[in-house]
Amino acid sequence: MSHADLWRPTTSRAALELRAESLARIRGFFTARGVLEVDTPLLSAAATTDPQLESFQTRLVGPGVPEGRALYLNTSPEFAMKRLLAAGSGPIYQVCKAFRQGEIGRLHNPEFTLLEWYRPGFDHFRLMDEVAELVTTLAQGRLPLDTPERLDYGQLFRDCLGIDPHTATVMELRDCAVRRISIDAAMDLDRDGWLDLLMSHCVQPQLGKGRLSFVYHYPASQAALARVRPGEPALAERFEAFLNGVELANGFHELADSCLQRARFEADLECRRLRGLEQVPFDECLLAALAQGLPDCAGVALGLDRLLLALGDGKNLAEVLSFPIERA
Amino acid sequence: MATYSSNEFRSGLKVMFENAPCAIIDIDFVKPGKGQAFNRVKLRNLLTGRVVERTLKAHETLEGADVVDTDMQYLYSDGEFWYFMHPDTFEQLAADASSVGDTNKWLKEQDMCIMTLWNGRPIAVMPPNFVELRITETDPGVRGDTASGGGKPATLETGAVVRVPLFVETGEIIKIDTRNGEYVGRVKE
Repeated sequence: MSHADLWRPTTSRAALELRAESLARIRGFFTARGVLEVDTPLLSAAATTDPQLESFQTRLVGPGVPEGRALYLNTSPEFAMKRLLAAGSGPIYQVCKAFRQGEIGRLHNPEFTLLEWYRPGFDHFRLMDEVAELVTTLAQGRLPLDTPERLDYGQLFRDCLGIDPHTATVMELRDCAVRRISIDAAMDLDRDGWLDLLMSHCVQPQLGKGRLSFVYHYPASQAALARVRPGEPALAERFEAFLNGVELANGFHELADSCLQRARFEADLECRRLRGLEQVPFDECLLAALAQGLPDCAGVALGLDRLLLALGDGKNLAEVLSFPIERA
Repeated sequence: MATYSSNEFRSGLKVMFENAPCAIIDIDFVKPGKGQAFNRVKLRNLLTGRVVERTLKAHETLEGADVVDTDMQYLYSDGEFWYFMHPDTFEQLAADASSVGDTNKWLKEQDMCIMTLWNGRPIAVMPPNFVELRITETDPGVRGDTASGGGKPATLETGAVVRVPLFVETGEIIKIDTRNGEYVGRVKE
C-alpha cells in the first residue's frame, strides 16, 4: 500500500465516538468514587526487567545532559504511580499510552492504551468487584453482559485439561500440550512457558463468553509484582479478567516490600542474562519509594483498546485504533 | 534456501514444513500480558492442498521453500502428462495428473497458465481466471427463450460440464470463470 492509502485511519467514526464516550464514562466512574486522575511520564531512566517484555529505548540530549542519556518508554505506568502512592496520593487512576517492543498482531499494537488504577486498602478480590463495575458501566447500552464469574486457576486447569498446574511436572505439562495443541513434539519450554501455552490455547478461548471471567490464584511463579500468598501451593495474589476469550486486565495485591521487589528485579536480570537478552537498568526510584512505604493496596491495568474492541464487537485492534503501527 | 525468522513471516511466504512446501496463510501473534509469546501459523500444504495449524515459539524460524510461480503456456497432453512451455525460454516442463488437478478441465491448447514449481518441479497449475471454450454438446434451446431461469448442462471441448442459459447452442464459444466454474457470457467469433 502506498501513502495514498496509508494516510487513512483504520477506525470508523462510530469507534471514535465510542472511545470518546467511554473516556467520559471512565472519568465519571472514578470521580464518583473519589479516585484521582493523575498523569505520569511515559519516559523513564528505567526499563522493564520482565524477560517477556522489551521497552522501547530512546535518547535524551540537551542542557545538563552532555553525554546524552538512554531513556525508555513505559510498558505500563505502574512504577510512577506507585511512587505517587508512596508520596501519599491516595487512590489514583490514569488512562495513558504504554509501549511494548515487538508486540504486533490482531490484538496487539506496540503502542496501546491502558487504564490503570490503584486502591489503597483494597485487596485483589475487592478490586475485582470494582473492575466488574467499571466494565458494566462501559458496557451499558452497548454490549449485554451476564454476571461476572470467578475461577480458580488450578480448578480451571483441572476442569479444562484434567491436570493440576501447581503439582504437575514439566513433563506432564508438556505431554498435555503435545496432545492438545499442534506443536513440535521437541518444543522446549520452561514450566511457565507450558502453562502460558496451555492457558492461551486451551483455557482462554473458553473464558469470558458473554460475561467477564476473572481468574485468580495464579501460581507464585507467575506473580510478577504481586504478593505471594503463604501456604501450599504458593499462589500469587493476582487476577486476570477475560471477555470473549480476550485477556483484558491484570490485577494484583501489590508487593510493597522493597527488598523482595529488588530481589525480583535481580532474578529477572539473571533470567535475561541466561537467555542472552539485554541487561537493563531497573527502577531504583521505585525501590526507594517502596522503602519509604507503599500503602497496602491493590492495582489493576486494563487494556482499554481491547475493551473498546469487545464493546464494538470487533475482531481486530485496528478497528479501534486511529492509526495502527503500520500507518503511524 | 533461506531461513525466515518469525518477524519475516507474512501471508504468502513459502516455507518448508514437515518436509512439504507450504504457503503461510495467516499468523496470529499470541502473548499473555505477563507471559511467553507464541505465533500460531496457518499453512497450506502446496502438495496436498490441506490447511494445517502450528504454534511456534516467538522467535522460532522456518526454512524457506524454493517455490516460484511462473507463466507457462499449455501445449498438449498425452493423458499421463500435461506439457507446458515457458514463453520466453521455450523450456518445456511436464506436469503430472496430481499437480494439474482440476485445472485439466479448463485447459485449451496455447492458453497461458500459472505453474507453481518446487525446486524446479511442477506441483500445481492454475488456469487463467477466464477461459473461452467451445460447447461440444448441449440440448437445443427454445428459440427466443432469453428470460427463463434454470439453465441446462453443456459439455465443453475439454470435457468439462457447466451450466449454461437455455438460449446457448452447441458449437458456440462461451466464456467461463474458472474460479467458480460459472458461465460468464458468449464470445463472438
